[in-house]
Amino acid sequence: MSEYKIAAIGDRDSVLGFRALGLDVFPVENAEEAKDSLRRLAKENYAIIYLTEGFARDMAPEIARYEDEVTPAVILIPGREGSLGIGMANVKNAVERAVGADIL
Amino acid sequence: MPAINVNPTRMELTRLKGRLRTATRGHKLLKDKRDELMKQFMDVVRENRALRKKVEEGLLRANAAFAEASAVMSPQMLEQALMYPKESVSLDMTFQNVMSVNVPVYDFHTRGGQESACPYGFAATSGELDDAVQALSDVFQDMLKLAQAEKTSQLLAQEIEKTRRRVNALEYVKIPQMEEAIKYITMKLDENERSSTIRLMKVKSMILNDAIRERREEDLEAVEAFGGGPKEENS
Repeated sequence: MSEYKIAAIGDRDSVLGFRALGLDVFPVENAEEAKDSLRRLAKENYAIIYLTEGFARDMAPEIARYEDEVTPAVILIPGREGSLGIGMANVKNAVERAVGADIL
Repeated sequence: MPAINVNPTRMELTRLKGRLRTATRGHKLLKDKRDELMKQFMDVVRENRALRKKVEEGLLRANAAFAEASAVMSPQMLEQALMYPKESVSLDMTFQNVMSVNVPVYDFHTRGGQESACPYGFAATSGELDDAVQALSDVFQDMLKLAQAEKTSQLLAQEIEKTRRRVNALEYVKIPQMEEAIKYITMKLDENERSSTIRLMKVKSMILNDAIRERREEDLEAVEAFGGGPKEENS
């Protein structure tokens, strides 16, 4: 049992609030920076990385890479522009992957 | 002919039969594993969906509140207010074994958090910011649960996919192949056995014929030696 940290990556306005809760916040400007941050954080001691959907849209391969790893858990959250439905779609994908069809 | 080339020997047959037994047993076990995983997975996914809905709604509210706060406060002030968090969150991760899949269980604790989550003095900040931080800290608990459920469902999905492939490979490829090979060997062995029986029968009749002929010649010689008997008595 060891100590892990939680990070939030996203545009400044969306993730700033998480700083108040004690999360490590990494504001980024574009998807490229988000990719770099994600790669960097994955190597460090982060168990959960919250990522806003706006950037997640352009970095699906990077996220898929960590899907089968135990750490980190990359969790998509809606950013300032509201929910884009990518997070829900990922849940759906997991079901399809396991069952072979979307049965929910 | 079976798809794989096998030697039609008894040893190979015993070996194949053993393998078939193992494969059938493995198939049954894997099938059970898949079914149980599926059951667990469905529960987790339902929870996952519910939590995601809740978190997305909660974050939407929090984001709206933050937008309001940033409208009444200058960005520098906002930044400054949130710069030094009062609490720090650390996470303990333990593993729970679900059907030999290790799924993480998060257990977090905050350090230094008092009754209010606001890490700033109230003098220079607006009330909207308080609301925003409050909304965020309300939804945070669910966000952690969401992370756990989502990771669990991803890991389970991966394991189910793997198990399903194995079950199918055994059921539709491996087991039929072995059954075919066993059938081929049995037929071949039976065939060999029949042909060797026939060969034995043939050899026996040849030896018998030789013996009869020899015996006849001996008899003939004996008769002649005796004085030229009129007829042969036996055959």
